Amino acid sequence: MENMSIQSNIHLKVKVYWPLIKSLQTGLLLMTGFTGFISSSCPVMNWRMTLGLLGSLFLTVSGSTILNMVYDRDIDSRMKRTVHRPLPSGQINANEALLLGLTVSLLGLGWAYILMPLYALVVFGGLFIDVVIYTIWLKRRTAWSIVWGGISGGMPILAGRVLGTGRIDDIGLLFMLAILLWIPTHILTFSMRYNEDYQRAGVPTFPSQYGIVPTRLIIALSSVGAALAIGVGIYALGLSWGYLRLLAVLTSGLLGLAIVSIFRPSEKINFGLFKYASVFMLGSMIMVVIGAMP
Amino acid sequence: MKKVTVPDRLLFVLTIILASYLIVKGFSGFTETETTLLSIAMGVLVIAGLLLLLFGFEILENKAVVVVATITPLSLSLSLIVAYLPQFSLIYWVLVMAGFFAILFTRYFSSNKVAAMVLAPVHGIAGLIIFLLPVVFSLNGQAPSRFALVGVGGALFGIGGLLLAFLKSGKPLLSKETIFSILPALLVITTACFVLGF
Repeated sequence: MENMSIQSNIHLKVKVYWPLIKSLQTGLLLMTGFTGFISSSCPVMNWRMTLGLLGSLFLTVSGSTILNMVYDRDIDSRMKRTVHRPLPSGQINANEALLLGLTVSLLGLGWAYILMPLYALVVFGGLFIDVVIYTIWLKRRTAWSIVWGGISGGMPILAGRVLGTGRIDDIGLLFMLAILLWIPTHILTFSMRYNEDYQRAGVPTFPSQYGIVPTRLIIALSSVGAALAIGVGIYALGLSWGYLRLLAVLTSGLLGLAIVSIFRPSEKINFGLFKYASVFMLGSMIMVVIGAMP
Repeated sequence: MKKVTVPDRLLFVLTIILASYLIVKGFSGFTETETTLLSIAMGVLVIAGLLLLLFGFEILENKAVVVVATITPLSLSLSLIVAYLPQFSLIYWVLVMAGFFAILFTRYFSSNKVAAMVLAPVHGIAGLIIFLLPVVFSLNGQAPSRFALVGVGGALFGIGGLLLAFLKSGKPLLSKETIFSILPALLVITTACFVLGF
């Protein structure tokens, strides 16, 4: 009887805590880290390294997400979209979440250090930029904070590449640049959709500071930039022309939607672009993984 | 408007994967120009699958989609002509360009009836080429027998195109619900035929 009660308690805790790590976002970042790792043609690939990469990245990305959630709980409580999250809704104690975030992050960093100190340094860079520079320092001050959000979002793919090659190289930086340029398409379409929410919470965004049309233009330009960076990265990796052809196809869809969103804007197109951008990035990552597999 | 169901989604994803595979694998025995044209044709299938997945069947109401959808039969038929009947390449290039711009123009600046009158022959000629050429050439032994499947895919694609064209012109051959119910399966079978045929 007591065992069952402990089990249901654990089950309840996991259910409440799970949303703190934003599993979809964390999953996408893990995918980019794995892509960076596989892109190194894997002379060093083995289960210890692969599991180490995925485990350490999962812990550090989850840890930084939890820490962000703790710091941003006041913002979340003012936004319709986020008011039901576990922290603003009071389902979880902030100190408990803070302790969990720190513990999980440190475990992830420790694991990363055991795998390779340079890899751990890149992972730490991602965590520091995300939590300290982006969330604590800049998010509430300037709409340009998304650039730092983009850099931290690009760190997992660079980290994966570093773990595979043992150094920071041009291809890793190109892939990181691709993620950095893709982030505006993702975040800005999102901030347009929830513009009122962000304004209510007092978070500066591009739509509120510069208007909708310039924001749409930035989305279109960053989409092209992201596609170019991924394309050059795929070319530099020496993948077959077939992958570049498919990338051109996916890019034309992304660009087409971005252009439609400038000249025929609508809520549906905007959110479609947001979703397409995620599919585009996922598709690009899968291409690199399949193409680079030995 | 019919909602996209889970099986529809799976069929769209399968279409995207199959067409993407073909683009990456390439088209053996075809030159660079022909490969580019075939990749464009398959690329439109990839994009179509993605848009249907993200926006649902409502996207088919959009005028631009009708124009973009003509790219597949036009570029596919053009690549076949360039590869197998090169003596007609130039004239068919001109026909394709003229047909495409006529569709583009009438879709935005004419009535639905005129637009359908232009769309039908352009689609029809391209569809006949995609259906007949692979079948005839594989029966003659001038192409591998599996190449006939490209013709089957072309015929299925043509059926889908005609159903949608008549629907847009206001004289549907089947009800909208029925067309949208069979469209996902039609798309995936068409793409599978192309993958096996090329």
